[in-house]
Amino acid sequence: MELLQQVMQQLVNGISLGSIYALIALGYTMIYGIIKLINFAHGDIYMVGAYIGFFAITQAHLSIVPSLLISLVVTGFLGMVVERLAYKPLRHAPRISVLITAIGVSFFLEYTTMYFVSPTPRTFPAMFGDVAVNIAGIVINGQQMLILGITAVLMVVLTYIVQKTKTGKAMRAASFDTETAQLMGIDSDRIISLTFGIGSALAAVAGVLVGVYYNSIDPLMGIMPGMKAFVAAVLGGIGILPGAVVGGLILGIVEALVSGFISSTFRDAAAFAILILVLLVRPAGIFGKDTKEKV
Amino acid sequence: MNFSRKHLRLAAGLLGALFVGGVLAGCGNEAKSDEIKIGANFEMTGNVANYGAATLDGLKLAIKEVNDAGGVNGKKITIVDADNKSEASEAVNAATKLISDDKVKVIVGPAVTANVIAESQVATDNKVPVIAPDATSPDVTVESGQVKPYIFRSCFIDPQQGSVMAKFAAENLKAKTAVIYVDNSTDYSKSLGKVFKEKFEAAGGKVLDQQAFVAKDTDFKATLTTLKAANADVIFVPAYYEEVGKIVKQARELGITCPILGTDGWDDPKVADIAGADALNNTYFSTHYSDKDESVKGFVDAFTKEYGHAPNVFAALGYDAGKMLVDAIKRAGSDDPEAIRKALEETKDLKVGTGTITMDKNHNPIKQAVILENKGGDRVMVAKIMPDAD
Amino acid sequence: MKYLRKNDLIMLGLGLVIFAVLQTLITERIMSSFWQLNSIIIGINVIMAVSLNLINGYTGQFSLGHAGFMAVGAYVGVVLTTFFHLPFAVALLAGGAAAGFLGFLVGIPTLRLRGDYLAIATLGMSEIIRISIMNIDYVGGAAGFKGIPHHTTFAWVFFIMLFSLFFIKNFVNSTDGRACLAIRENEVAAESMGVNTTKYKVMAFTIGAAFAGVAGGLFAHSFYLISPNSFTFMQSFNYLIMVVLGGLGSITGSIAGAFVVTFISAALASWPEFRMIIYALALILLMFYRPQGLFGYMEITDYGPFRKLLKKGGRKHE
Repeated sequence: MELLQQVMQQLVNGISLGSIYALIALGYTMIYGIIKLINFAHGDIYMVGAYIGFFAITQAHLSIVPSLLISLVVTGFLGMVVERLAYKPLRHAPRISVLITAIGVSFFLEYTTMYFVSPTPRTFPAMFGDVAVNIAGIVINGQQMLILGITAVLMVVLTYIVQKTKTGKAMRAASFDTETAQLMGIDSDRIISLTFGIGSALAAVAGVLVGVYYNSIDPLMGIMPGMKAFVAAVLGGIGILPGAVVGGLILGIVEALVSGFISSTFRDAAAFAILILVLLVRPAGIFGKDTKEKV
Repeated sequence: MNFSRKHLRLAAGLLGALFVGGVLAGCGNEAKSDEIKIGANFEMTGNVANYGAATLDGLKLAIKEVNDAGGVNGKKITIVDADNKSEASEAVNAATKLISDDKVKVIVGPAVTANVIAESQVATDNKVPVIAPDATSPDVTVESGQVKPYIFRSCFIDPQQGSVMAKFAAENLKAKTAVIYVDNSTDYSKSLGKVFKEKFEAAGGKVLDQQAFVAKDTDFKATLTTLKAANADVIFVPAYYEEVGKIVKQARELGITCPILGTDGWDDPKVADIAGADALNNTYFSTHYSDKDESVKGFVDAFTKEYGHAPNVFAALGYDAGKMLVDAIKRAGSDDPEAIRKALEETKDLKVGTGTITMDKNHNPIKQAVILENKGGDRVMVAKIMPDAD
Repeated sequence: MKYLRKNDLIMLGLGLVIFAVLQTLITERIMSSFWQLNSIIIGINVIMAVSLNLINGYTGQFSLGHAGFMAVGAYVGVVLTTFFHLPFAVALLAGGAAAGFLGFLVGIPTLRLRGDYLAIATLGMSEIIRISIMNIDYVGGAAGFKGIPHHTTFAWVFFIMLFSLFFIKNFVNSTDGRACLAIRENEVAAESMGVNTTKYKVMAFTIGAAFAGVAGGLFAHSFYLISPNSFTFMQSFNYLIMVVLGGLGSITGSIAGAFVVTFISAALASWPEFRMIIYALALILLMFYRPQGLFGYMEITDYGPFRKLLKKGGRKHE
């Protein structure tokens, strides 16, 4: 295989990996944007979403679309419950205590799931026939295109919601200054809860799609993707939806190129190195606005 | 700061009470005279929890069978669990607890080589025998040429499997070139890769490229693209089932059609579930037994009845370790660790779940190996290698 | 300043008494070897927690990469004792120096970042360290470094722990330490008052990293094998949990935090299925009822009997 062809194939691999990071990062960045919390439990919500989809398909024998919808609704609701029970009581606590709570929630979700479903990975039954397109020796898989497509659609829909609707306006206001927004008659608690719901539902979509794509899910599957999604969100500029997608894609492409041409054992190191470099040059991320703190 | 003295006093008192309670709880754990306590030091949480938990399932089944049949030497066997969190330092911690607080006579586990090696010093210092069910690296029982007197295993070792597969690739598949794709995070995979390379090149083949991944990776396409470019006759992937399933699936998606070879880490029904039967065609792996074999049917059925799913290789090896231990206790005639150790050393022609084992002088069982081919959703035995065929 | 010295002596005396009691329990074999090992682990965790507290609690810089520095100290230490047969003390110092130097190098550029950005950058940095170690076959790579001599005893851990407690306590009470506190309270204000914020942030980061390196050396020589797996970001989370649980900006808190976390984990060892679930719930509940940690900004010396003992020499916070 010629070098050019290899590079092209790696780009395809990278974009498909990156679109998964992007999908998780979308929810991450929304939640971060509104309450400025590194929600370490986001990756685990994604895992729970994958399991709900899995049980809908295998136990209730539903097809992919209804399973996806069930997982989306249930997981979205779970996200709201987590917010209500674990984060809301700490709204005025130091941010670091909320962070520890998030770590606690993350452990709780991981190990409660592990207790009920055992640590053994589960496999999704084959949902679609394998459609692979071969363009000049470059293989593109149908599911890869599907994931990329869904990510793009969701990004557009979310951007529309956030920029054009009344709820979106309230979200932006609450994100800018929760208390002032409250004074202006916005029910901040409801908006925050809603954001958690949407963010978690997005994670569920990612969970089910990844489960179908890689065909294997386990209770600790969310840790690394959660971390990577956060890196993607920071890379793109936290709270910015297109930023999350671009960050995710960059991350995926870097990882694919490093795995392909250096060694995949350095892949994660390269991802973090890129992050640190970008932050040093643009401390607020690629699309972020660098705001100077005032006294 | 609104800090009340009451809180502080409460916290301090609670801490003190906890500590004293904990330290005292360590005492008074003497075994009852009608039971034999064995320790199970396994990966129950953390990144390789699935391997530890499966091995423990197998072990528990073996012990349950013995207890249901009236126990051994008139005593029941109790298993004391300890979680090593998939981490070497915690394996030492768990082993220390089992020995000093629970006063177990023997320890089974951990699953992963590194954790067994970490544990082995504590066990040796306290003269408690250890049976490692799944640790296949030679270093587990032998350290700089010296056999560790208290450490045993119930599975075959890496060099055996690596050379079996290298020979199979060169002779049966007539492969001239190979690429190797190892899991860089386990000794198991790395040492198998090394042995395969040596033996394959000794048999006249050529290893074109070696690439690595890290356990828990999910996307292998980038590296597989590089391996595809090498265009070798076979790909050797000595790794565990979770990654193997994904590697085979993604390799076939990228249009890699050559045979893919593996080792006993492949022996799990999950591989077929993840990769799909079509993708799995034209792959071969070495393992301990074929589930078609009449002699292992008893174990497979019993396990399926107990847990509702077929055993994987970890469960089978855990079961074997249990059988080996029970046999040793029976022959020792007591639960004295030293007597058990001696009896383990003298294990001979013992029938276990997956075949027959005899302990060699390096505390490695001499055991058969088989090569299975995945074919149309089924596994076909293509070779059976008896011990010492090397 | 003078009475502080006297208080130091009283505390040192107290430390020696505690040491004598525990050491007797160990040599007389009243304490089982499991709890002996865990008292060593508690000691190491105290050093880790208190050094992280210097960065997170006193200087207000959100670092999530403490396990990375520990790894550097651990690996430098074991290479020196195992391959070069140097004395244990030299290995510990070298490990601490290496980690400190790395902290200095990493700190200069990254400490420009604030809050969560710094957190993710330090986390990334510690993962880079871990992955690099994983790819060095000289130290055993991912499978771990085997055959480490067993040097760490309770006495080593206890006295190094005592030293780090005193060092960090005195640092915090020094002029430099006050500058660090000022940065925590308000970085912009501190800067406008003429505090060279970069200098003090890097200083705190370097000292914290150096102690983490020493703790890493102690950790590595308590087991026979170390692997990069022991230094993942999960481990950094654990140290952060100890610090926050005890109270950011409280040395007593760090001790208590290290104690509680190690203790919960050891005490729950017999219930592996529930261990992490209980631990998670304990974390969440503690944060509900004491979001500022067990001790907040307070020290045990601010507490009644100790105050009298120390003749009201307690430090005033806030």
